[in-house]
Amino acid sequence: MKVYMDNGATTRVTEPVMEAMRPYFCEIYGNPSSVHGFGRESRRAVEAARAQVAQALGAEPGEIYFTGCGTESDNWALRGVAYANRDKGRHIITTGFEHHAVLHTCAQLEKEGFEVTYLPVDADGLVSPEQLAAAIRPDTVLVSIMYANNEIGTVQPIADLAAVAKEKGVLFHTDAVQAVGHVPIDVKAQNIDLLSLSGHKFHAPKGVGALYIRRGVKIQRLMQGGAQERTQRPGTENLAGIVGLGRAIELATADIPAHQAKVGAIRDHIIRRIMDEIPYTKLNGHPTKRTCGNVNVSFRFIEGESLLLHLDIKGIAASSGSACTSGSLDPSHVLLAIGLPHEIAHGSLRLSLSDENTMEEADYVVDNLVEIVARLREMSPLYDDFLKGVETEGSCESCHLH
Amino acid sequence: MEYTEQVMDHFMNPRNMGEMEDPSGVGTVGNAKCGDIMRIYIKVENDVITDVKFKTFGCGAAIATSSKATELVKGLTLEEAEKITNKMVMESLGGLPPVKIHCSVLAEEALHAAIQDYRQRLANGEPPRTEEGDEDVRYV
Repeated sequence: MKVYMDNGATTRVTEPVMEAMRPYFCEIYGNPSSVHGFGRESRRAVEAARAQVAQALGAEPGEIYFTGCGTESDNWALRGVAYANRDKGRHIITTGFEHHAVLHTCAQLEKEGFEVTYLPVDADGLVSPEQLAAAIRPDTVLVSIMYANNEIGTVQPIADLAAVAKEKGVLFHTDAVQAVGHVPIDVKAQNIDLLSLSGHKFHAPKGVGALYIRRGVKIQRLMQGGAQERTQRPGTENLAGIVGLGRAIELATADIPAHQAKVGAIRDHIIRRIMDEIPYTKLNGHPTKRTCGNVNVSFRFIEGESLLLHLDIKGIAASSGSACTSGSLDPSHVLLAIGLPHEIAHGSLRLSLSDENTMEEADYVVDNLVEIVARLREMSPLYDDFLKGVETEGSCESCHLH
Repeated sequence: MEYTEQVMDHFMNPRNMGEMEDPSGVGTVGNAKCGDIMRIYIKVENDVITDVKFKTFGCGAAIATSSKATELVKGLTLEEAEKITNKMVMESLGGLPPVKIHCSVLAEEALHAAIQDYRQRLANGEPPRTEEGDEDVRYV
């Protein structure tokens, strides 16, 4: 059996999305900027997709800008707003557990003379509106808080956070890459000024994203070139990708409550079984305020990469926040931000579901997990020592970073 | 990142995995904080490693290199075993991805720590270890 439960990493392009895109490779290929009929047909497709994205977010089509990916959208929102509002102030507020697309952009801005405040999150991964209010200063120009966390799925009270920013006259950006299609979004009702999204997280192809920029927001473009995207994002449009993104977001947001009910039931089944059948396990993220497809657990005494390798052999695709899967010596910054000790963060597992996963797959995954975790614990000196009541300590001469 | 077939074989079918009753020496290295801990038990008779066992908390490379290291030293004299390096372990597994090289260092360290433990106990005239004596284990 093959089971794909890594939809937080990327999703399959579904057939209706592929069908929508298909004509835009060999048949309709004009440059949307061209004057001729070939170009005009492509232009119409781009604008139809723009309307689909706007509709899904409660925005105006003129407020949607297509980009190459979620990372580009995040970079543009942060740097674009920071540069364009330099005269007002140089202070930005975000959280310590954002995606690297935001965190590394903030680090770059700090090098360029901006100041960044990183708000803490609580043990469930929630940001408090009171703490945000207290952090806003007269020179704050932008608040950027992710809508739903990519690793632990925690969904922020975005409307409350954005209301705080609005009251203080500060722009509010949200990285909604993991939220679109899983929670209802209405940028107007929620007072969101900028929102980043990425197509491949909801069954569009890789290589296309979008940034919503509320009309009137002062932002600088990052690239120089042609007049595409109302001169704000030069570069010939990824025509087929944009068409796919439009169709995919339409499908993903058509009936979010039904999606939440269906996928949420499988998620809850997996969590319940894991917590019942595998001892010394911790659920990471908020118990209820989490995306419907996110399961994140830490199994004590074992390491995540070993777990992923065993799952892979059983045909199961998942991910982990262990250091060994990130190519560094530190485990996931998200898991550390919610207060997990290093050794427990190393044993984390994320299963991220889509509409296409089934209860049968869920049971197959948990059945295998029970066996694999037991097997790895049997090999683990940590588990031995725990059972004997001995504290395991060791130094690590080969480990030069700690 | 791709592991060789030999690495995956040792990962899936680890050799000499488990605990040892009355080991002559035990070496534990690594740190749970870093995500890997290796413990190697050796049984020594007439300066020859007659049996070896390991337990590892760690990634695929950590488990595979522990397994391979135990396989390499079984039957060797202590002097020969002390010459086993992480490079030899790694090469006999057909190599490791660059980010995983530090895991193979642990296997070498755990083995040498176990031998050191044995020599130390011998020098102190201590009896062989027993399972119950575990709280006595020296962590290197």
